[in-house]
Amino acid sequence: MGDLSIFLQHLANGVSLGSLYALIAIGYTMVYGILRLINFAHGDIFMLGVYITFYGILYTPLPWWLVFLIAPAITGCIGILLEITAYKPLRESPRITILISAIGASFLLQNLGIVIFGGRPRAFPVPKLLNQVVRLGGVSINIVAFIIPIITVLLLMGLNYFINKTKTGMAMRALAKDYDTASLMGIDINRIISITFFLGSLLAAVGGIMWGVRYPQLMPLMGTMPGLKSFIAAVIGGIGNITGAVTGGFILGLGEIMLVALLPRLTGYRDAFAFVLLIIILLVKPSGIMGDKITEKV
Amino acid sequence: MKIKEKSSVTLLILLALTIVGLFLANKFLDSYKIRIITLSGIYITLGLSMNLINGFTGMFSLGHAGFMAIGAYTVGILTMPIPMKEMNFFMQPIAPFLANVEWGFLPALLAAGIIAGLAGFVIGAPVLRLTDDYLAIATLGFAEIIRVVFTNTQSLTNGALGLKGIPNYTNIWWSWGIAFVTIWFMTVLMKGSYGKAFLAIREDEVAARSMGINLFKHKVMSFSFGSFFAGVAGGLLAALLGTIDPNMFRISLTFNILLIVVLGGLGNIVGTAVSALVVTIMMEALRFLDESINLGFIQLKGIPGMRMVVFSVILIAVVLIRREGALRKAKRV
Repeated sequence: MGDLSIFLQHLANGVSLGSLYALIAIGYTMVYGILRLINFAHGDIFMLGVYITFYGILYTPLPWWLVFLIAPAITGCIGILLEITAYKPLRESPRITILISAIGASFLLQNLGIVIFGGRPRAFPVPKLLNQVVRLGGVSINIVAFIIPIITVLLLMGLNYFINKTKTGMAMRALAKDYDTASLMGIDINRIISITFFLGSLLAAVGGIMWGVRYPQLMPLMGTMPGLKSFIAAVIGGIGNITGAVTGGFILGLGEIMLVALLPRLTGYRDAFAFVLLIIILLVKPSGIMGDKITEKV
Repeated sequence: MKIKEKSSVTLLILLALTIVGLFLANKFLDSYKIRIITLSGIYITLGLSMNLINGFTGMFSLGHAGFMAIGAYTVGILTMPIPMKEMNFFMQPIAPFLANVEWGFLPALLAAGIIAGLAGFVIGAPVLRLTDDYLAIATLGFAEIIRVVFTNTQSLTNGALGLKGIPNYTNIWWSWGIAFVTIWFMTVLMKGSYGKAFLAIREDEVAARSMGINLFKHKVMSFSFGSFFAGVAGGLLAALLGTIDPNMFRISLTFNILLIVVLGGLGNIVGTAVSALVVTIMMEALRFLDESINLGFIQLKGIPGMRMVVFSVILIAVVLIRREGALRKAKRV
């Protein structure tokens, strides 16, 4: 009984961590699908989302739930701004150039974070409502661990509807399928790319807020690791594929928690787990679990 | 033939001038400035080693910090005096086969390079099949794995505590000597058939393969050479600082080197050397941005982190303004 309840606890933790990875991974996968670019700054956008919420709760009279709604929208706009300044001018350049620009943007955001927010860790003001522990048949779990997967699933359903049922979503899919042809079909590329960055950053911010509620310590460099791991989640699932990104996120989140739970001796290697998994996947099936096969064209 | 002789004469004069300059600097400057110049020598080696992989062969690798860590720890463990080792490893005694080892600096540096190069070979063989961004993320992953492993192997690397009291062998001559050797090696390598093959791979992999170039062999070779020099530079850095710990070797270190390579021009040897010098000096010169300045009548408060903001902006600006430039100029060799 004891073992089972502990296992369930780990499972709940793994699922909630996996949901967070999934939310961030979607942003990577959407951008990669259209621009073939690893948006290295995505993890830092996630960080900005958390900080904007932090300041919104502490320094504005708005109730926390309103801040939770507004902050992702602001972060989404920052995402658009990032694309316009750092990526848009390079759209026709070699991929390495734009990758370097992405790395530069990531470091710029991190260091701006240090300058503006200060290097000291801050405590995220967790609303009382979300800071309760529920007991379910011997398992005591923070209520957030339940809320996170639910919100993730709701957002995914919304995103799925948007991409498959709306005209903008269709344009997005067309652009991901064949960039050049789609641009000849009267699709406003700049608008679609902006929307993609907006949505990706918005989801990252939602993930960030929930991350802050779950692990309430804020640092300007907090986005690096979750960012890298979520990218790995996207690769594991097959980059460019949203369902794949979510699957990858859950695999990674559960895998990490279970590794620590089942093999406590390897706790120190937790951060390496994702990278080992990445390299195995890249070697065995580079296109990921759900990705299309990539062929090199001459 | 005549032109060749002429350019080698110019090079010799340049070399002699640099040596005289270093000698004068060593004699007349204070220890802080000498230290910066020593550091720039190390960064030249680092910049060139990354340029070999990223600039000449066109593989986008972000694993440099990992190979530097390997080199730094090799030199640290091999050169540290035996009593110092006992003091360092108080949490858990050092692995027995390393306990009574105390090497000279040169063999330790060579060992650092060889071990890092071997690591590059072992890592490169599987991952170099990947292209562009996948390779970037995989090599980044390896650097992270190396860091995590070093944090956890208490009896080998002293874990998160790091190593203290590594003998300060590195001086201006060691760092610049190695830098010259690296420049010479890169020049010779790039003039030979291997260099031509590297460039061909960078320009067009498919075409290079159809011309009979063994892609795998050359990529692994370039990667291993690059890792070798990264390891040597890491070793120099360890012996300059005297203290190392796994957290030094984060991706931000790789970023600094990438900045040097991009500023100097991907695939440009002289450019890399110059930009390594400039960036290292600027990194120190711009420290005032982080500290408070007192202008007498007004007290400007320094903002910690501002220095790196400036550098990130420079990197993005260079990429945006020169766009193709940073890459293309060197491409038409």
